Amino acid sequence: MSGFFKSSIGRKVAMALSAFFLMFFLIIHLAVNLTSIFSEDLFNELSHFMGTNPAVQFAMQPVLLFGVVFHFVMGFVLELRNRKAIGVSYAKNNGAANSTWMSRNMIYSGLVILAFLVLHFIDFWIPEINVKYIQGDMSGMHDGEFRYFHELQHKFLSPARVGAYVIAFILLALHLLHGFTSAFQSMGSTAGRKKALQTFGKVYSIIIPLGFIIVAVYHHFNHH
Amino acid sequence: MSGKGMNLTLKIWRQKDAQSKGKMETYNVTDISEHMSFLEMMDVLNEQLIASGDEPVAFDHDCREGICGMCSLYINGEAHGPDRGITTCQLHMRMFNDGDTIYIEPWRAAAFPVIKDLVVDRTSFERIQQAGGYISVNTSGNTQDANALPISKHAADEAMDAATCIGCGACVATCKNSSAMLFVGAKVSQYALLPQGQVEAADRVKNMVAQMDLEGFGNCTNTGACEIECPKGISLENIARMNRELMKASIK
Repeated sequence: MSGFFKSSIGRKVAMALSAFFLMFFLIIHLAVNLTSIFSEDLFNELSHFMGTNPAVQFAMQPVLLFGVVFHFVMGFVLELRNRKAIGVSYAKNNGAANSTWMSRNMIYSGLVILAFLVLHFIDFWIPEINVKYIQGDMSGMHDGEFRYFHELQHKFLSPARVGAYVIAFILLALHLLHGFTSAFQSMGSTAGRKKALQTFGKVYSIIIPLGFIIVAVYHHFNHH
Repeated sequence: MSGKGMNLTLKIWRQKDAQSKGKMETYNVTDISEHMSFLEMMDVLNEQLIASGDEPVAFDHDCREGICGMCSLYINGEAHGPDRGITTCQLHMRMFNDGDTIYIEPWRAAAFPVIKDLVVDRTSFERIQQAGGYISVNTSGNTQDANALPISKHAADEAMDAATCIGCGACVATCKNSSAMLFVGAKVSQYALLPQGQVEAADRVKNMVAQMDLEGFGNCTNTGACEIECPKGISLENIARMNRELMKASIK
């Protein structure tokens, strides 16, 4: 079995498995984010639970971090190997004749998403880790009330940050438009080539990033 | 036809031998009939070069009726040129217009090194086949008739579709990753779908994939370009089947 994951097909399968995991995570993350539009209290409760529950923090979070890092590292490894496999480039190559822009540029959409993740970690994740585990304040409170919603609104005051988030999520949509069905094909499933799942993949790939965009833009224009 | 044919500018990769550094050269051909095949147009160019004492352009060809898998050529950025479901020998000059500039390059892949001009070494495909693209049958004289084994029409059709791969290498040439998975997927599938292939199924897929990786072909990223450019219409389903076969073989 260890030989399997060293083979070209094994690496594809590993990419697909981590992709499925990350695509599932996006749904959870978006669900929590969306509550911030409808209920400040619910968003605070959920954020506090996610931020302090030991199972989430010490079991799910490390798995998620591993999934993210693995997907990126494997993506780069595969890209480098593929570049080596090409050798000399064509003087004239008409890629658009037989494949989508999204499928040919996964490395670039992936790089934009990576740059976004760095920004996102600096914005939210690193400050959270600092407050909770370095300063040791697990209360989630600031000036007598939950701090999560106010921090969220504060971050999206900056038009530059909202702009960066919107661009990153458009690239995420393009990444998913190829990645969703591609993951099924890599797993050897015929489902990715069926009309119904292709349609579902398109809907998922547009709805999920659009949801994140709506949350960022909403808080930019509705801060109090 | 005289005087009514097309005048074309050709940009062709010239490389003396495997060791030399090649480059694109420009040639002009005149009065090319729209009824010619692309290879006949190449023949006209070569006659012209020979007459003027120059080295003709080396390119692979054999049957010239679309079944041997010998002809190749990356024409205007596409394997076997702009038409679909054909090899270069079946590409007609009517697909081009008078005054066109046509780029003609060899298959590009580290596993397909250039031998001369437009001729590449595709023996890596043969080594993959030798690693498991066969069934072992005792030919002692009382071999069982293959037709004695019941095979569903559906499986027989799918196996036949996979077996139509002529091993031309257009899939590799087209792939942005120089992946050979459509070729290997077809060769694995044609046996995986039939009872005769079951006995050696696990070893076959493991060995063929191992040889494919060893030859330096890239990793498939499911762009689907190979399926579009394949002259025989080999389906991506064969790659999915190969992935399943390898997973099945690896957990045994």
